[in-house]
Amino acid sequence: MAVTVRIPTPLQRLTQGQGEVSCDGKTVTELLGDLERRYPGIKERICDESGKLRRFVNIFVNEEDIRFLQGDQTAVKDGDEVSIIPAIAGG
Amino acid sequence: MSLSKEQTNRYSRQLILPEIGVHGQERLLRASVLIIGAGGLGCPAALYLAAAGVGTIGVMDEETVTLSNLHRQIVHTLDDVGQPKVFSVQRHVQKRNPDATVHAIHERLTVSNAPRYVQDYDLILDGSDNFSTRYLVNDACVLYNKPLVHGAAIGFGGQLLTILPRQSACVRCVFPEPPKPGAIPNCQEAGVLGSVTGIVGSLMAHEALKVLLKVGTPLTNRLLVVEGMRSRFREVLVRRDPACAVCGDYPTIRELRSIEESVCANAHSSSLSASSAVE
Repeated sequence: MAVTVRIPTPLQRLTQGQGEVSCDGKTVTELLGDLERRYPGIKERICDESGKLRRFVNIFVNEEDIRFLQGDQTAVKDGDEVSIIPAIAGG
Repeated sequence: MSLSKEQTNRYSRQLILPEIGVHGQERLLRASVLIIGAGGLGCPAALYLAAAGVGTIGVMDEETVTLSNLHRQIVHTLDDVGQPKVFSVQRHVQKRNPDATVHAIHERLTVSNAPRYVQDYDLILDGSDNFSTRYLVNDACVLYNKPLVHGAAIGFGGQLLTILPRQSACVRCVFPEPPKPGAIPNCQEAGVLGSVTGIVGSLMAHEALKVLLKVGTPLTNRLLVVEGMRSRFREVLVRRDPACAVCGDYPTIRELRSIEESVCANAHSSSLSASSAVE
């Protein structure tokens, strides 16, 4: 078992159209590292040059915003669901 | 105010709902809603709000109807192509229910006109198509203490959040800053399915009606994520951020300021080449 990562529509191009992928890691940082290994180029869409989460993207572990947990050091475990959610503006 | 015979008949199916009744209907008839954007979200929202008997509806948009709008902007018809969207909405929606007075505001929301328009209405519904307008609407609603229903759609997906300023999370609490132009594609670039804007726009009207009627539980502190491909709705918890630039404990935004970004229609080209960020 691994962690399920929900990929938002604008990033699914990088995951061969998959809206959900499996990744491994003990923290959000490790998880994003594994995500990048599996789908090269995806991390820079989520994090800036210094590795910090972009200001218009949020990551939720299960339903909780990691900014209000331990940020990118928030622990994840097998079976958790992690959602990457960017701001969208279409109308 | 008492309901006429025609009104009693027109609204009979919602009047019999115990949560609404004559009292609730009168509340709606006295209420006013400003819809920012007469597009894929604003069109269905305007129809449902007017049909339910919201007495005053302002619709704000500076664009004209194009053929490529019609697959999702369901108020406009072929005859309206080339006409300002707000006049199309005014004409069609008014026909649906003469109880609703529709104000057509053929302008783009700006730092200078936002205070006046936002303060003129009881509730604001944001169905605009660009980040600069969205952050301006959010900031204005917080500064002038107006409930805001925020909805957005792209591709097969959407998002929805109701904001009761200083009581619940605002857009900046969730996404502190808008992306740089081009970092997130708009509908013109990425496409959108009309039924998805219909779902989100209808939910926006639904949230507005609940807030106006003071019934149910508003979609506050929960970001609703619409996954159209799976026909699934998910929620994530959001909360007021004490460090929020506009509604936090030490706000840095104390008056409206414009956010650099071009409008949907011309936001493509150079900005898309930016290698970084969600695309």
